[in-house]
Amino acid sequence: MASETLPLTIHKNPLAVVYEWLGTGDHKKIGLMYIVYALLFFVVTGIEAVLMRIQLAHANATFLSPQLFNRLFTLHGTTGVFFVAMPILFGFGNYLVPLMIGARDMAYPRLNAFAFWMTAFGGLLLYASFFAGNSVAQGGIAPDVGWFAYAPLTAPAFSPGHSTDYWNLSLLLAGVGSISGGINFVATILSMRCPGMTLGKMPLLAWMNLVMGGLVLVTISPLTAAQVMLLVDRYLGAHFFDTQAGGSVVMWMHFFWIFGHPEVYVLIIPCFAFISEIIPVFSRKAIFGYPAMVAATTSIGFVSLGVWAHHMFTVGMPSYGNAFFVLTTMVVAVPTGIKIFNWLATLWGGRIRFATPMLFAVGFLFQFLIGGLTGIMLATAPLDWQLGNSYFVVAHFHYIIVGAILFSIFGAFYYWFPKMTGRMLDETLGKWHFWIFVIGFHLTFDFLHIPGLLGMPRRVYTYEAGRGWESWNMIASIGVIFQGVAVLIFVYNLIRSYLKGAPAGNDPWDAWTLEWATTSPPPEYNFAVVPAVHSRRPLWDIKHPDDPDSKYE
Amino acid sequence: MNITAGEGAWQLPSRGRVGMICLIIAESAIFTIFIAAYVFYIGKSLSGPTPREVLRVPIVGTICLLSSSLTMHWAIAALRRGSTGAFRLFWFLTLALGAIFIAGTMVEWRHLIYQDGFTIQTNLFGTTYYSLVGLHASHVIVGLIGLTIVMVLALLGKVRREHGERCEVFSLYWHFVDAVWVVVFTTVYLVGR
Repeated sequence: MASETLPLTIHKNPLAVVYEWLGTGDHKKIGLMYIVYALLFFVVTGIEAVLMRIQLAHANATFLSPQLFNRLFTLHGTTGVFFVAMPILFGFGNYLVPLMIGARDMAYPRLNAFAFWMTAFGGLLLYASFFAGNSVAQGGIAPDVGWFAYAPLTAPAFSPGHSTDYWNLSLLLAGVGSISGGINFVATILSMRCPGMTLGKMPLLAWMNLVMGGLVLVTISPLTAAQVMLLVDRYLGAHFFDTQAGGSVVMWMHFFWIFGHPEVYVLIIPCFAFISEIIPVFSRKAIFGYPAMVAATTSIGFVSLGVWAHHMFTVGMPSYGNAFFVLTTMVVAVPTGIKIFNWLATLWGGRIRFATPMLFAVGFLFQFLIGGLTGIMLATAPLDWQLGNSYFVVAHFHYIIVGAILFSIFGAFYYWFPKMTGRMLDETLGKWHFWIFVIGFHLTFDFLHIPGLLGMPRRVYTYEAGRGWESWNMIASIGVIFQGVAVLIFVYNLIRSYLKGAPAGNDPWDAWTLEWATTSPPPEYNFAVVPAVHSRRPLWDIKHPDDPDSKYE
Repeated sequence: MNITAGEGAWQLPSRGRVGMICLIIAESAIFTIFIAAYVFYIGKSLSGPTPREVLRVPIVGTICLLSSSLTMHWAIAALRRGSTGAFRLFWFLTLALGAIFIAGTMVEWRHLIYQDGFTIQTNLFGTTYYSLVGLHASHVIVGLIGLTIVMVLALLGKVRREHGERCEVFSLYWHFVDAVWVVVFTTVYLVGR
């Protein structure tokens, strides 16, 4: 494990390289393909957001037609959840989990490749809708029914043509990919750990991907079921959501949110994993309360299955129905709070080093907390009756998706890019990226809470003047410029550092988990000798044989 | 770091078993949603035939399918023992019983569609009935395809004692399909009528 030099580059026939990547089952290559795919769609989602914010910066604007605006918010949400967040988290998980548990690959390498390609083709199918029918400038026949595609808008009578089918089928494909990925994660983490790595000695990232994998199995499946129902409604004349035949449109909402709420936990739990790896290393302290973190994450996974109808408070459920979901939603905040306290306790008394990954982790802590607090506000049904479907909700969930999820993903990039490429990302550019993005994020999303409180609804292509919404929308739109600049700096950093970044060596951060015990990038087989571990920080034990963690655990 | 002596054997659950159980969990979630829709829509059709009017309880098919779990169990036990002859017999019985079940469903549906004029479009009952029973039947068919592949391999003499674990993993799927039928049967033919 002494090699500090970069691996030899052997020039291969380009076609052979392409074929190698297309047909690979290697978790590292598949992980990288997921990540690059997600980054491309991240840029696309960003452009969709920029266009919408230009339209909304002024009252009565005519930059975008209402039809195009509807297609944009539908695609922005759908792409963001299914073709940015899910793939990037599956990508990091795929890359890191086998390395961190001392395995040579995932349990099912070919299933892994299948899962990636299903997801990839799902995304391509969704965007193919731009090029079918109508002009591209009008958005083609991209779906325009919102990312949650409520019935009866999706019924054949109200969505004639195929735009809804692009939504339905592309997500069916992606869903099969996600479920396959979930099976793979659970099987890998339970069945492929290296000797000595009991469940109580796994890195928290492995635990959290285990919970995420298990959650995916029961989260995506309801959506798949509902989408099959929609498919037979649209093409076989079935009546699942057909009110004329006695069907219920609220049932679609139930099924969708039975998927949709645990889905956001599927998204955030891997981010908890990144933070739980980064904060200890940059505080030079082991994570505080490992057992509590495991218990909290597992309970979040379970409780999240019981809160879905807090997305439906305004639908008219009976009072005891509303009350049940208010209570369960409040309950899920408790283990979440425990995790935040444990991260803070890890920082407390540590020797903190504010390298770029740590900056993003601290940003995560602040922003996740605030986003969680606005979530509690929305969990209070009477308050939700005022704020539901307003920009307050938009601000809340973007606080989590951008402020927490995206920040932790940025942190993960800065932390693990050296392992994946053998080169460090530039620290100066990283700091510029961080600070400009923080300014932009807060300009946009802090101030978007206010029009929500003042009554501005979601998914409106424009609004009338004189309601007090204009200045806040203008500020929010300006914030987007900062975020765009920051992302460009990030992309530049990625490309430049890949080509001529400083060599990283095996373990640039002086970390403690097994991925840092092999070369950067790791060889195809990961470890020359399958490691055996005796504590939660096996690399610490190797580096400090006089004072191993196994003495204390 | 190498494995030191005296640590005892490092035992982990088999990945085939874990993977199949995960698949079963995911499929159970899908079936649960269809069952929920079925139960919610009981008695809510605005028109058209009711279950009582058109459904005939598939007793024979059910007995066949549930027995096939037993023959499957015997097949696996035989293979684990090394009795490949007995394995082939019980495996074939499992396949045959499953095929009879599907044939029964096909006959039932032919009657419903052509004689009773009852389709997925007819009313809410039609929608939920064909979706739920159809979803289950498609899972049985996938199982039959797997059973057939293994049957062919077994007749070619290629399935031996060491394949016991893999066949057992497949049998988990078949038992799952049976268990789902118990729930579907109860919901559609007992509770729903």
